[in-house]
Amino acid sequence: MRTLCGAAVVAALLPLVSLLWLVISRGARALSWSFFTRLPAPVGEPGGGIGNAIVGSVTIVGLAALIGLPVGLGAGLFLAERGDGRFGQAVRFSAEVLASVPSIVVGVVAYGLVVVPMGRFSALAGAVALALIMIPPLARASEEMVRLVPSTLREASLALGVPAWRTSVSIVLRTALVGLVHACLLVVARAAGETAPLLFTSLNNQYWNLRPDQPTASLTVQIFNYAISPYEEWHEQAWGAALVLIAIVGALSIGARTLARRGAP
Amino acid sequence: MTDAADVDRINEPRRKLELIRLSAWFGGARERTWALRNVSLTVDEGSVLCVIGPSGCGKSTLLRCVNRMHELTPRAGSEGSVLLDGEDIHSSELDPVWLRRRVGMVFQRPNVFPTMSIRENVVAGLRLTGSRADLEETVEKTLQRIALWAEVKDRLDDPATRLSGGQQQRLCIARALAVEPEVLLMDEPTSALDPIATAKIEELIDELKHRYTIVMVTHNMQQAIRVSDYTAFLYVGELVEIGPTTQIFTQPERRETEDYVTGKFG
Repeated sequence: MRTLCGAAVVAALLPLVSLLWLVISRGARALSWSFFTRLPAPVGEPGGGIGNAIVGSVTIVGLAALIGLPVGLGAGLFLAERGDGRFGQAVRFSAEVLASVPSIVVGVVAYGLVVVPMGRFSALAGAVALALIMIPPLARASEEMVRLVPSTLREASLALGVPAWRTSVSIVLRTALVGLVHACLLVVARAAGETAPLLFTSLNNQYWNLRPDQPTASLTVQIFNYAISPYEEWHEQAWGAALVLIAIVGALSIGARTLARRGAP
Repeated sequence: MTDAADVDRINEPRRKLELIRLSAWFGGARERTWALRNVSLTVDEGSVLCVIGPSGCGKSTLLRCVNRMHELTPRAGSEGSVLLDGEDIHSSELDPVWLRRRVGMVFQRPNVFPTMSIRENVVAGLRLTGSRADLEETVEKTLQRIALWAEVKDRLDDPATRLSGGQQQRLCIARALAVEPEVLLMDEPTSALDPIATAKIEELIDELKHRYTIVMVTHNMQQAIRVSDYTAFLYVGELVEIGPTTQIFTQPERRETEDYVTGKFG
């Protein structure tokens, strides 16, 4: 039994370790200062970087967080505090369904919602797609976090003559705060790693772009484009970009976990 | 003559709290379970009333009706009236939030606010209700009053969760007292504590009863004898008997009370 469990652990960890090893060993070769600061170079030209894709990813994910986090948190708080009725059940059910929609389909939805009316691909469209991906898991996670706050704390506060809204904000939310921040960081990390929803929403861009109404490069789409190209130097760039992406997403996850551990009562 | 009558009336203890035919239930109309039925009793100002009875007999519900916490349970409700200083607590002029500032509550298990320090816990009620009282002064005064000051004065900014269970429960009492209530409800405040911590809380109740009217639920009959002036025996939601504590425990009027206090059932 022990050997079986041990074998299962090795089988689970082996792909992770080999993936990390491969990305680090092959990606590290592409890394240099100019890799972070320069625009992509045309085929055949040496050098070039992914600076615009890093800036683009930050823009898109940042905008997505601006839209998705308030909606997801709001829905979660609603579910935890008032979610026992029929409407709450409906919201919870749709969050579950929405969470299981394939991300490429979410991309199509954002295409219809934003790209078609605007008449062009844009960072905003990508952000809407990523926000739609953030909302359902965040709503469920934040509901759980708020429900974890013992009801005796709420009662203690109400029994002191603290009004209900003040109790919700200063006692219940305050106690759940670390868990909520943790949930936010995790969904942002997850969204940052998405490619499919961005393919036909934010598309790509060869140049620097900070305008949210313009097509924008992103790390994930850049990796995709470089990886499917026939050029060896682009493959190397794709490995480098993958390493940068893993580092960013990993930092977010580790940050979330450290926070959760430190905040545990 | 009239003078003597007046003096008598002044010396007569004032009725702080009065329950009149109070009934309470849980659950919707179809599956209603009654927790209390037609309970009537009075509590004099400055006295300690202990409510005893077997588990599930409605003791906690009785307390929770007095500060209107019972109605916060979904599909639960009550009828009959509760008078505080002669005023019906369900009257539309009395906001339950204001009522709860006059009627404090201590729960079965210590429930300090885990994100707050010791200091913040003491004044939580004042701060969250926007009181303008001097918070610093209140912290020291209240902790002195419950004899916790000496133990915690050097670590007021530590998280309250670092205190022992007994200290946390005393902190909860301090938190309830800091908002200056008139009545203190205590729901088995020592059931989660060891004998030494229990003794400290009982001592505290003895000191507090001159300033506050206390209604306390307990499972421990020795405790009822030690701390209370009056005892009420509840059984399946009905008040069997209420009277001076010594009388309830030595010569009760009802057979059920005698059986319960002598340990024949319960």
